[in-house]
This record gives sequence, C-alpha cells and structure tokens, in this order.
Amino acid sequence: MSGEDQRPKSESVSLTRTRTRRSTGEQVIKGLLAGAALLSVLTTIGIGITLITESSKFFGEVPFADFFFGTDWSPLTGGESTSFGVVPLVWSTLYLTFIALLVAVPLGLGVGIYLAEYASPRIRKTFKPIVEVLAGIPTIVFGYFALAFFTPLLKEQLGIELQVFNGLSAGIILGILVLPTIASVSEDALSAVPQSLREGAFGLGAAKWQVVVRVVFPAALSGVVAALVLGASRAIGETVVILVAGGNNPNLSFDLGIAHQNMAAFVANTARADISAGGVAYATIFAVGATLFVMTLLLNLVAIRFVRRYRQVYE
Amino acid sequence: MPVAESAITRKTVERATSGQRTKDLLFRLALLFCLFVTVLFLGVLLIDVAIDGVPLISWDFLTSFPSRLNAESSGVRPALIGTLYLMVLCAAFIVPVGIAAAIYLEEYADPNRWYNRIIEVNIQNLASVPSVVYGILGLAFIVRGPIDIWGLGTGDPILLAGALTLGLLVLPVVIIVAREAIRAVPSSIREGSLALGATKWQTIWKQVLPGSIAGITTGVILALSRAIGETAPLILVGAIAFRLSDPDIGSRFSALPIAIFDAAEEPKDEFQILAAGTIVVLLAVLLIMNSVAIYLRNRYETKW
Repeated sequence: MSGEDQRPKSESVSLTRTRTRRSTGEQVIKGLLAGAALLSVLTTIGIGITLITESSKFFGEVPFADFFFGTDWSPLTGGESTSFGVVPLVWSTLYLTFIALLVAVPLGLGVGIYLAEYASPRIRKTFKPIVEVLAGIPTIVFGYFALAFFTPLLKEQLGIELQVFNGLSAGIILGILVLPTIASVSEDALSAVPQSLREGAFGLGAAKWQVVVRVVFPAALSGVVAALVLGASRAIGETVVILVAGGNNPNLSFDLGIAHQNMAAFVANTARADISAGGVAYATIFAVGATLFVMTLLLNLVAIRFVRRYRQVYE
Repeated sequence: MPVAESAITRKTVERATSGQRTKDLLFRLALLFCLFVTVLFLGVLLIDVAIDGVPLISWDFLTSFPSRLNAESSGVRPALIGTLYLMVLCAAFIVPVGIAAAIYLEEYADPNRWYNRIIEVNIQNLASVPSVVYGILGLAFIVRGPIDIWGLGTGDPILLAGALTLGLLVLPVVIIVAREAIRAVPSSIREGSLALGATKWQTIWKQVLPGSIAGITTGVILALSRAIGETAPLILVGAIAFRLSDPDIGSRFSALPIAIFDAAEEPKDEFQILAAGTIVVLLAVLLIMNSVAIYLRNRYETKW
C-alpha cells in the first residue's frame, strides 16, 4: 500500500498530452508535407494568374466580341489584314477532336470491352501491356508517323486527295493517340461491375453479348462516359501531332484534305517564332491558351464527377 | 412421353439459341477486330520507325553534333545530353515533392475537410491539363516571369526552367501513383508500429515508405518517361534543336523530342530518316527506363 503512495505525482497526469519536442517535430513534418501538397494548388493558381493577366492585356487591344465571334483568323500577318476572330481555330480544334473520337471511341471501347469481358487471363496479360506501350509512346512519334507514313499511305495507296498537311491524317492519328486512354478507363469501369450482375443475367438465360451490352455496359455507364470525356479532353489539348501533320492554319471548312490547326498547335507554333514579350502576337498565345484551358477544365470536371459516381456505386 | 417432350423442348431451345450464338460470335469478332487494329497500328508504327531509323544508329550518331546542311553526318549529342539532364533534374524535383504530397494526402489529410478536397480535385484536374498550358506557365512564370532561379533567370530559356516545367507537368502522375502505393500498405502495419510506441512520422518513415517503395518507384519512372517524351512545353520554354555545344543547367538546351520535331519538319528525305533515327534513340531511352521500373517492381514488391 505504502509503495503505491510513493509513486511520483507526474505519472498520474501523464495520460493528458503534453507538447514535447517529439510532437513539435511531428508538427513540423506535417507542415512540410502539407506544403508539398499545396504546391499543386499553387501550380493551378500560377496557371490562372498567367492566363488572366496576359489575356487581359490582349483583350485591352482586341474587343471581346471580335475574338469570340470573328470568323477571320490571321493574328500574325501584321498591318491592316490582322484579324483575331478565333472561330476558325475553335472549329478546327473541335473538328479534329471529332474525327479523333470517331476513330478512338469504337476502337477504344472495343478493346476495353474485350479485355474486361472476353479475354482469358493469359490474353489480358499479353495485350494489356501492349495497349500501355501505345499509351507510352511520345506524341511527337505519332506526329512523325502521321506525316511520314500515314499521309503518304492515304494519298498514294488509297488515292485520297490530300495536301501534305491535312486534317484527315492528323485527326485519325490523334484518334490512335487517345485510344489507350479510352480503352483503359473503360476497362476499369467494366471490371468494377460486380460479378453477381453478370451471373444474374446468365441465370435468366441471356447470351454473353446480351449480358455485356444490356447489363454490364449500362451498369458501367458513368465510367464509360468518364473515359470518353477524358479522351475528348486529351484530343482537344494535343499539340504535336497537329503541329507536325495538321498544318499551320485553321480552316472553317468541312474539307479534311486541307490544313486544320488546333489551338494548342497554334500556341506552340507562335511561341516558336521567338516573338518579343509584350507584343500583341505574344498576348495572343495567352488568350488562345486561356480559351483552351477553360474548355479542357470543364471537360475534366465532368469526367472527375462521373468517375467518382461509378466508384461510389460499387466500392 | 417424357422423352418426346424433352426432345421438343431441346429443339426449340436450340433454335432460339442458335440466333443468339451467331450474334455472340459476331460481337466477339467485332471486339477482336478492334484489338487487331490497335495492335496493327502499334506494330506498323514501330516497324516503320525501325526500318528508317535503326540503320542510322552508330556511336558517331550518338556523339556528333547536329548539322543543318548534311543530314548524314548529323548527330544527336546535345539533344541526348539535354534529355538526360532534364531527366535527372526533373527527378530531383518530383521525387521529394511528389512523395511528400502523397504522404500528406494519404496519411494526414482528413478527406472531409474542404481544403483537402480542393487539393484532391485540383490534382486530378492538373493531371489532364494540356501540356502546352504548362508550357505557357513555364514561359511566363519561370523563363520570363517572377521566379528568378538562383540568379540565373535572366529571361533566357535555360535548361533548369525546362526541367521545372516538365516537373510541374508530371507531378500529378507521381502523386496519384504514390498515393495508390501508400494506400496498399495495410493499416495493421501502421497500428502495430503505433502500438509499439512509434510516432506517426516514425511509422511512415520506417514502415509505410519501405512497404510502398516499389509502387512509388514505378510511379516516378512512369512520370519521368512521360516528361522526357514531351515536346510542346519545351517548345514554349525555348528549347532549340541546333545547339553546337554541350548544355549545362544554366545554358540554352536541346532535347530529343525537339530534335525529332525539327528534323521531321524538313521536307527532304534524309531529314525524315534523321527524325526516325532520333526517334529510335528516344524509344531506346524509354525502353531502358521502363525495364528498370519492371525490374525494381519485381525485386522490391511487397506482398501483404
């Protein structure tokens, strides 16, 4: 009994937390780690500040309506004929994206469905890395391929009338470029559908294709939509394929045999000319970049929302 | 009677299912066709590049400076050295920052707080911002802008600026993959460590990080492969194709994608071949990096 009384008093209060050197160190570390995570937010803020300040200089000289509704795009000619109507550039961007999706959506979904629903584990183990290799090839290689191989192929072997730089070849190869994105995101979404849904449908006597098309696919729809939106976002923002194979001016036209430049390629091509900071041409980069950023931002937010939805349903 | 009845049913069922079987087969063939076209494109692309490019590969090609007049004697030396520099500097930036951010988000951040949710959505969005936009950021903020890197930011488009721009571009990739690797470490490991009296940071440093190092390494190499294949941001921050001396951190620089771009733009055949040769070098660098990644993953992967 007396032994217990002799226990130092401090021990009885040691259960409440005191700020020791050890816990201060822990707090410092936590702060450093949070700082690293915060850098990503600063990056976004940096992009925002850059685009807003520089574009506002641009819109100080060029009226808002002239930019967004004008149909004559020749920003770099200088003198009287300079015109800043962005409509043709936006049109060519969306048109190229449309062609790309026309190629990438059926092929990408086909690959995604096959790998998720039909392939045996061995086949999946062989072909999934192949799709990943396609995703890992630098875009400049696709650009070279479009210009040096695919355009001549379309022209000489298939007899399609094309200029050297054209929207058809650039658009199709752009589609091949975004195909792996669509394939792998949609495969993930399909694989996340619980097995019990498939078994239920088989139990009711459905054939395999019916199970896939009428049960699994609808169940994974939000993930598939996310795949398509992400693919579209990549196609809209791609630079080099279009820069190398698509030509140096946009065209407000349905003709795919002629040049179609997209917004990203315009930015890169203009920056390359080593124009002086402060001029209107320099400011055009930021106005076009801001427009592109807003377009992809909206698509990305839609995709993030859809991805979250399919994760919530089945996890 | 029961026998006859069952025969009829069977016939009916077979008639009904044979239509389904045909459709099943057609659907399957359509899917296989998609896979075939995808593999075909990859195969043709690689073979086309290899036929044109591989014969060019020699020690001279790797160690000569580029030439605008004579494609045959042109080499990739400054571009290759530039790319290797970019890779190392980029790694020095993204490894600490990316892993720290991933640890914060997985181990410390309360996902129900609004600011942590903002960080999270922000990283997801940054992962799919077009690379040319990062180029604009690099041009305005790092090359010409307020960030004066160690007194070198004279407005010149230097190598360090390129490396930082590429680092910002691939940082989301590192964070996302590292988070997955950290999440895969079971919580029983953390609880065991904490129960033995380790602090949170000791637990992370001694248990969580060693347990997730394979996944994190894979993520870093994946990110670096993406970084060194990027062309658009480097065009924006002022990389040049024809550099006639070796680059260093504070000089103007070239890189393999820029050299490919420049050669591909020349209409003459020998420059197209030069582009193919440079592509072979770039793909070889990527192949080596990815082999290292696979080796490390197999060597250090932890199964729980």
